[in-house]
Amino acid sequence: MSTPGTAPAGGATPLLQVTDLTKHFGGRRRRGRGAEEAVKAVDGVSLTVGRGETLGLVGESGSGKSTTGYCILRLLDASSGTIHFEGQDITHLTGSRLRGLRRRMQVIFQDPLASHNPRMSVGDIIAEPLVVHGIGDAAGRAAEARRLLDLVGLPSSAMERRPHEFSGGQCQRISIARALALKPSLIICDEPVSALDVSVQAQVLNLLKDLQDELGLAYLFIAHDLAVVRSISDRIAVMQGGRIVEAGPADQVYDSPQHEYTRRLLAAAPVADPTVMRRRRLERQAAVAR
Amino acid sequence: MDDIPILEVRDLRTHVTSDRGTVRAVDGVSFSVARGRTVGIVGESGCGKTMTALSVMGLLPKPQARVVGGEILFDGRDLTTLSPRELQEIRGRDIAMIFQDPMTSLNPTLTVGTQIMETLRRHEGLSRAQARSRATDLLAEVGITDPARRLDDYPFQFSGGMRQRVMIAIAISCNPKLLVADEPTTALDVTVQARILDLLHDLRDQHDMGLVLITHDMGVVADIADDTVVMYAGQIVEQADVHELFAHPEHPYTRALLGAMPSLQGDGGRDGRLAAIPGMPPSLVDPPVGCRFAARCAYADRSDGCAQGDNELRELRPGHRVRTAHPVSALTGVAS
Repeated sequence: MSTPGTAPAGGATPLLQVTDLTKHFGGRRRRGRGAEEAVKAVDGVSLTVGRGETLGLVGESGSGKSTTGYCILRLLDASSGTIHFEGQDITHLTGSRLRGLRRRMQVIFQDPLASHNPRMSVGDIIAEPLVVHGIGDAAGRAAEARRLLDLVGLPSSAMERRPHEFSGGQCQRISIARALALKPSLIICDEPVSALDVSVQAQVLNLLKDLQDELGLAYLFIAHDLAVVRSISDRIAVMQGGRIVEAGPADQVYDSPQHEYTRRLLAAAPVADPTVMRRRRLERQAAVAR
Repeated sequence: MDDIPILEVRDLRTHVTSDRGTVRAVDGVSFSVARGRTVGIVGESGCGKTMTALSVMGLLPKPQARVVGGEILFDGRDLTTLSPRELQEIRGRDIAMIFQDPMTSLNPTLTVGTQIMETLRRHEGLSRAQARSRATDLLAEVGITDPARRLDDYPFQFSGGMRQRVMIAIAISCNPKLLVADEPTTALDVTVQARILDLLHDLRDQHDMGLVLITHDMGVVADIADDTVVMYAGQIVEQADVHELFAHPEHPYTRALLGAMPSLQGDGGRDGRLAAIPGMPPSLVDPPVGCRFAARCAYADRSDGCAQGDNELRELRPGHRVRTAHPVSALTGVAS
C-alpha cells in the first residue's frame, strides 16, 4: 500500500516503510474479571527510512520508541499495521524468510557488555552471525572478523580477548562490527551511546557516521538525548505516548518545533551554559508562581 | 551566605585494592563547601568522583577501599578519625546522601512511609504518630500530591522521578547541614530531571544546606552548581566558579569535554563531526608521572616536557585553579 506524503520525493521506494503500526500489550479477556485495558505501547506509527539515511526517533521513557524498533526488527509481533522493508512486506515473515531478513537488518543495543557472551572471544562474537547463516569457512570467517575489527578501529589483537577486557566504547565497537558482519542495509540503533562517557560517545557517533558514508548504511537511531539525535540524524521523529507527534528534517524540528511536546523537550534538555540554565530556572519558577 | 565551610576536604587520598594492584582512585583532592552553596563535581567514569563522595560519607566498600591520607573536616571534626559508630550518628542526621537509582536505594518490601519514619525515629527520637505526621509534611515538601495517602504506597507504585523525590524526603528529614547527591537525575527523563534539580536547588536554600552534586553531565553542572570541580584520573584538574569555568575553561581536558558534547544547535548536524577526545584515561594502578591527560591532550607533545614535569594545581586567576602547564588562555593568547 502507499501512503501519500511519507515516501521520499522522486517516487523511489523507501528502504523501510512502516504504516500505521500498533503494538498493544495485555488487554486479554480473562474469565470472571472482564477485559483488562490494553497498554497501547505503539499507537499508529508511520515512518520511512531511505537508503543511506538516518532517521532519529527521539522520546522519553515509555514513549514507545524501543517497542517500535523491536516490532520493525520482528523481535515483537505488531498488533496491527504493516512493515515493508526492501520492497517486501515483512510484517508476518516466519522461518527461513525471517532469518533471511536478519542478514539485511541488524541491531545495536544500549548496554554493550550485556550484549556479548562473556565466554566467547571477540573474534567468535563477530564471526557468529556468519556461522549462523552458514557463510564461509572458519579461516574465511576469521579473516572477515579481522577486517571488521579494523573497520571499527580495533586492533586485530582483540580477536582472542574476551568482552570484559574492553571498555564500554570498545565493546560498542565490537557490537557494531558484529552488526556489520552480514552486510545489512539497515541497522536499528537502540540508545547505542547512552551508556558511554561524552568523549567516547563522540568517538562512536563519528564512527557510525563514517561507516554510513563508506557502506551506504541506513540507521533508525533511537535515543532519548536530543543533542545526540540531532548530531547524527537527517530526519527526526518525536514520539510521545506511542505516537509520533512531530517529524521532519532535523534542522526544521529543532529550530522551529511545531508541537508543544517537542518545544517542552527542547526547553528541558540541559545545555553547557550556566546563564541559559539559570534563566530557564527563573522562567520555570515564574510559571509555577502564576 | 556563610563563608565558613561546612565541609572541607584536604588532600584526600583513597585507595582501592584490585587484582591488578592498588588503584589510586582519589589522589590528593581538596575542595570545600559552604552552607547555601552547591559544588558540582564533574568527570567521566573512573575519574574518582563517586569514590570522593563515598569517602566523605564513610561508605567506601570495605575492605577493598580505604582512605589512606588527607582530612575530611565536617563542622570542624575530621571524619576520617571517627569510629564507625560516631560516623553513623552524623550520617543521615547531619550529612545525607542520595544516589542515582532510587529503586535500588529504597526497600521494595516496605512502604515509603515506613522508610521515611525509620530515619526520623532513629535520629530524632520521634514517636510513631509524630514521625508519621512529619513524614506527611516531608512528602508534601518534596512535591508529592496527596502525601498522607501515598505514605502507605510501596516504591513500585511511584514513577522514577517520584521515587527520587521520596529519597530526597528521607535525605532532608533530619535537616542535614550537607547533602551529597551522586548522579541524582541520570536515570530520569529530561523534563523530570529539570524538576528534580529545581527541587534540590530550592531545598538547599530553604534548609541552608551545603550541596555536593556529582555528575558526568556538564549541562547539569551548568544548571545547579555555584562552584565546579572537574576531575580526571583521580585528581582535580580544574576548579572555578561555574560562570568562569564555562566562559573561560582553562584545562585542555575541560575544553575537550565541552567540545565533545553534541549541541542542540546542531554542530553541522549529520554532516559535521564531533570533536572526540582520542584514547582513554590512564590506569590508576600506575598513573603517569606528571600530567595524566598528556597522552590525550591536543596541546601536549611540545618540546617543553610538559607531560613529565611537575604538575600541581595552581591558581591562574583568583578562585580559578588549574592543573596544566598549558592553560587554554596562554595558548590562544586570550588574556582574561
